[in-house]
Amino acid sequence: MIELSNVSKIYDSGQSAVHALRSVDLKVAKGTIHGVIGLSGAGKSTLIRCVNLLERPSSGSVIVDGQEMTRLDTQALNRARHRIGMIFQHFNLLTTRTVYANVALPLELMGIKRQAIKARVLPLLDMVGLGDKAKQYPSQLSGGQKQRVAIARALASKPSVLLCDEATSALDPQTTSSILELLRDINQQLGITILLITHEMEVVKSICHRVSLISNGELVEDTEVGDFFTAPQTQLGRDFLNDFLQLAPPKELLARLLDAPSETTHPVVRLTFSGDTVSTPLISRLARECGVDVSILQAKVESIQERTLGLMIAELMGGADETQKAMDYLASHQLDVEVLGHVQRNA
Amino acid sequence: MSSAMLDLILQATLDTLYMVAVSGLISTLLGLPLGVLLYVTRPRQILSRPLLNQGLSIITNIGRSVPFIILMVAIIPFTRMLVGTSIGTNAAIVPLTIAAIPFVARLIEGALNELSPGLVEAAQAMGASPWQIIYKVLIPEARGGIITGLTITLVTLVSYSAMAGAVGGGGLGDLGIRYGYNRFNPTVMLYTVIILIVMVQAFQSLGDYLVRKSDRK
Repeated sequence: MIELSNVSKIYDSGQSAVHALRSVDLKVAKGTIHGVIGLSGAGKSTLIRCVNLLERPSSGSVIVDGQEMTRLDTQALNRARHRIGMIFQHFNLLTTRTVYANVALPLELMGIKRQAIKARVLPLLDMVGLGDKAKQYPSQLSGGQKQRVAIARALASKPSVLLCDEATSALDPQTTSSILELLRDINQQLGITILLITHEMEVVKSICHRVSLISNGELVEDTEVGDFFTAPQTQLGRDFLNDFLQLAPPKELLARLLDAPSETTHPVVRLTFSGDTVSTPLISRLARECGVDVSILQAKVESIQERTLGLMIAELMGGADETQKAMDYLASHQLDVEVLGHVQRNA
Repeated sequence: MSSAMLDLILQATLDTLYMVAVSGLISTLLGLPLGVLLYVTRPRQILSRPLLNQGLSIITNIGRSVPFIILMVAIIPFTRMLVGTSIGTNAAIVPLTIAAIPFVARLIEGALNELSPGLVEAAQAMGASPWQIIYKVLIPEARGGIITGLTITLVTLVSYSAMAGAVGGGGLGDLGIRYGYNRFNPTVMLYTVIILIVMVQAFQSLGDYLVRKSDRK
């Protein structure tokens, strides 16, 4: 539905050129919700604006719904934009128009008759749960309600694609989840393909099917959401995950963590359980079969859509042979084992 | 005060209102598009034309920098060409209008500049043409700021019109100078000043009321 190939964007600001995007390839399949996550300044916002050409790529191709966007003339581009809805972090509603008139705006722009506009706007307002607010002004609404109006407005021209630019970043957690639910309903009921950018793992976790990680203008990961949460491929991916799970090793532990093992140390490991391993009683078996004691320093179980993910930071207590055996045992059970460091015995 | 004096004051009040109304109207009709043009032709704006923008900006600045009294005298040939005479109320309207156009334009440009860039972006994402963005988004959304600007313009025109006496334009300022100052008639001076104050208050209150009515923020 959306296909970016080799898209680059360079801002020429006098002497220094800024590479906002570096040959980005991105495919979003029809009917899916695709998230792009990254830190601020990574190029997310430029990326999403290249899809409807609010930003024109310096090079590369952008195909939406079979149309090569970069080759369209102004009028054809405006027609193509009618098929691409967009919502924003700060809603961007017109303050001097009522809720009804805001949703009607894209239809007015298309030259649709008043009666037909009414027939389209009222059911949309009902769908986003604001049927009773048609005559109010945006200033009378809460943030979540404003975003609902913006969603109705974006859907007015019956788009096949919806772009969400940090759509929940200005909202509190509760409102965020209600807006995400609405987006999921729209995706499921209307079959609209959604591309969203965010810096919140929560958003990716709750509604995305696929996720891309963007860093410094490059897409460094592009995977199923389940895989991203269980086995991120890059350090940045792991950082995002750890932040999200709040499973960084405690400060007190980090302070006495040594890089190299010695006769008198125990390894500290981070274990990631996913899929079948979650339900296996591995730790008690580990103790029995390998003769090590396991001291759990931190642990967490998360369910990411249909998958369960367990994470644990633990100290493996035993002799060098036993701990090595324990690590081999864990590795042979499709567990992701990462040695964080070593601590002195009896420390 | 004699009834002849009262007639003079009434006539002067009407002259001032006439000059302010006509020059206010024409300068709005011409200054509004100029202000919009100054805004939309900025670099990275919807009709980005940096060279045209700079040209317009320089012309506007020149218009803003010539002192009104000098402008009035300097364009006398142009005034005569336009209204057939260089003295009287109609002749005063020409320099008043010319002085007000760049003034209005800058205030409109400022009002548009106050709008969130996100509004234009949203409209572009909807497939709006530049013209649609101007009349469906920019002007309606900046309505409050535009009315504020026009109110400031009217008030400024009231005070500029006081100088119209220099070309025999009449009006309250002229009356105040000729009768109140030159002929040592403090009563006339007082009346003209009071009427001017009331007039300015009335314009300002009307403007404030319209802004309140249009503002939904």
